[in-house]
Amino acid sequence: MSFRRRWRKSVNAVMLSVTGISALVAVSVLFFILGYLVWHGARALNWDFFTKLPKPVGETGGGMANAIVGSAKLLLLASLVGVPVGLLGGVYLAEFGGRTVSFAVRYATDLLNGVPSIVIGIFAYTMIVLRTRHFSTIAGGLALGVMMIPIAVRSTEEFLRGVPHELREGAMALGASKWKTIATVVAPAAYRGILTAVLLALARVAGETAPLLFTAFSNRFWSPGWNQPTASLPVMIFTYAIAPYEDWHQQAWAAGLVLLGLVLATNLIARAVLSRGVSMQRS
Amino acid sequence: MAMERAGSGRGPRSRSLVRRLRSGDEIAHLVTFLFAGSILLIVGLLLNELWVNSALARHKFGWSFFFTRVWDPVFEQFGALPFIFGTLVTSALALLIAIPVGLGAAIFLAELAPPRISDALAFLLDLLAAVPSVIYGLIGIFTVVPLLREYVEPFLKATLGFLPLFQGPVYGVGFLAAGVVLAVMIVPFIISVSREVLLAVPREQREAALALGATRWEATWKAVVPFARAGIFGSIFLALARALGETMAVTMVIGNAPQIAASLFAPGYSIAAVIANEFTEATGDLYLHALIELGLVLFLLTFVLNGLARLLILLTARRGGAHA
Repeated sequence: MSFRRRWRKSVNAVMLSVTGISALVAVSVLFFILGYLVWHGARALNWDFFTKLPKPVGETGGGMANAIVGSAKLLLLASLVGVPVGLLGGVYLAEFGGRTVSFAVRYATDLLNGVPSIVIGIFAYTMIVLRTRHFSTIAGGLALGVMMIPIAVRSTEEFLRGVPHELREGAMALGASKWKTIATVVAPAAYRGILTAVLLALARVAGETAPLLFTAFSNRFWSPGWNQPTASLPVMIFTYAIAPYEDWHQQAWAAGLVLLGLVLATNLIARAVLSRGVSMQRS
Repeated sequence: MAMERAGSGRGPRSRSLVRRLRSGDEIAHLVTFLFAGSILLIVGLLLNELWVNSALARHKFGWSFFFTRVWDPVFEQFGALPFIFGTLVTSALALLIAIPVGLGAAIFLAELAPPRISDALAFLLDLLAAVPSVIYGLIGIFTVVPLLREYVEPFLKATLGFLPLFQGPVYGVGFLAAGVVLAVMIVPFIISVSREVLLAVPREQREAALALGATRWEATWKAVVPFARAGIFGSIFLALARALGETMAVTMVIGNAPQIAASLFAPGYSIAAVIANEFTEATGDLYLHALIELGLVLFLLTFVLNGLARLLILLTARRGGAHA
C-alpha cells in the first residue's frame, strides 16, 4: 500500500515537473528568437538600411528603403479592402443579421480564416495579375486585404456584442433610430476593441510573405505608383535568406529584426489600447 | 382573431417602414448587408477561380494527378504525390513533437501555475504566435538546419540507424527540419486554445477528484483533461490545418526536392512550397493549372480538416453534456 502511495506521489511529481518544463521550453523559444535576431540583426542594421536601395549583386552595402515603403503601401491598400468590409460586415452580424444570412456569413468568414495564405495569393494572382498581365502593388494589397477580413469581422462582432444592452435601450428610448444608436452609442463604446482588432489584423498581414510572392512580386528599385511590382520586407527576407551571399544574409537579419520589431510593437500597442479602454470608458 | 394577431405582429414593421427609411435604418441595414455579403462573394469567387484556373490540369490528368510521382515541367508531366507525401509527413512529424509539449504546457498554465504567472506566460505565447513565418524560416535555415546536420541527425543515425526512417545521407534540410520548425510554430496555438478550454472546466470536477484522494496529477489527467477533450482535439486540428498550409518556413528548410523517401533526413517538397517556388516560373498554361490544382487540393484539405474539427467538437461536447 505504501509502495503504491509512494509510486503515485512520484508520478505526480515527475509529471508536474514535465508540464512545467514544457511551458518553459515553449516560452523560451520567443526569447531565443528575439535574442538571436537582435544579436545578428543589430550588427547589420545601420542608417543605410533605411535610406538606400539594394546594391547590385556582388556589391556589398545598400539598404531596403524601397521594401520598407513597399510594405507600407501594401498595408495601406490592405486596410482599404480589409477594414471597411471587416467593420461593416461585423456590424451587420452583431446588429442587423437575420439567422440564415448571418450563419452563411459566419461560415464563410471562418472558412476564409482557415484558407492557407498561399491560396489567397493564387486568388489575387488569377483575379488581377492574370487579367492585367503584370505583377502589381494592387494585387499584393488585395491579397493582404482579403486576409485581414476574417479577423476584423469576428472581433468587431464580438466587441459590439459586448456593449451592454442598457446603452442601446437608453438611446432607443430617447428616440434615436437604430443606426443612430449604433453610430453614436454602440460603436464609440466598442471602439477601443475594434481598434485593437484592426491593429492585430495589420500586424498579422504585415509579416505575410507567401501571398506576395506572385502578386506584388519584388523589385530592386523604387516602385512608382500602384501598378508596378514592389519590394516588401517579408519577401526581401525570404530572397536574401536563401541567397548564397554572406552580405545578403546580414541584411536579411537586419530586415528580420525590423519586421519582428514592428509586428511585436503593434501587438503590444493593440493590447495597451484594449487594457486602457476598461478604465477610461467614461470619457 | 388569429389572423388579426398575426397581422398586428407584422404591422408595426410595415407601418414604420417609411419612417425607418427616412431615419436611415433601412439604408444602414442594406449597406452593412452588402459588405457582409461581399465576404460570401469573395469565398465564392475564390473557389471559382481555383476551379476554373485548374481546368486544364484536371482534364488532362484526372484522378491520376494524385497518384503520380513524376513532376516534370519540361515534358509537362505533373503528379502531386511527392508534394502530398511531403505535406503529410512534415505535418505529422510536427504534431508528434508539438502535441506533448503543447498539452503539457497548457496543463501547467491552466492547472498549476499561479494566475499571474499563467497570464504573463500566455501573453508571451500570444506574442510568439504573432511572429511571422518568414522569421521562423530565417532562424530555421541558420540554426535548426546546421544543428540537425552536425549533431542531431548523426546521433539519430548512430543510435536508431537500423530503422529506415533514420538512414541515408545527412543534409540538414529535409523532412525532419521542416517538421521541427513547423512544430515550434504550432505549439503556441495548441497551448492557447487548450489553456482556454482547461480553464473553462468547472472547479467541482477538480475538487471531486482531489476529495477522493487523487494526487494533483491524477485529478488533472483523469478528471480535468477528459472533460476538456473536445476542445483539446479542436486545438490540435486547428494546429494541423495551419501546419498543412504553412508555406514560407517549410519552403526554406525542406530542401525542395520532389521525391518520396523513407528517410526523414532526405530533402522533400510540400504542396505549399512547390506553389511558392515554381509559380512565377510556370511557363505554359498546363504548368500553371497544375500548380493551381495543388492550391485547390490545399484549400480542400484545410476545409475538410476545419469541418472535421468542428464536427468532432460538437459530438464530444454533446456526449459531455449528456454525462453532466
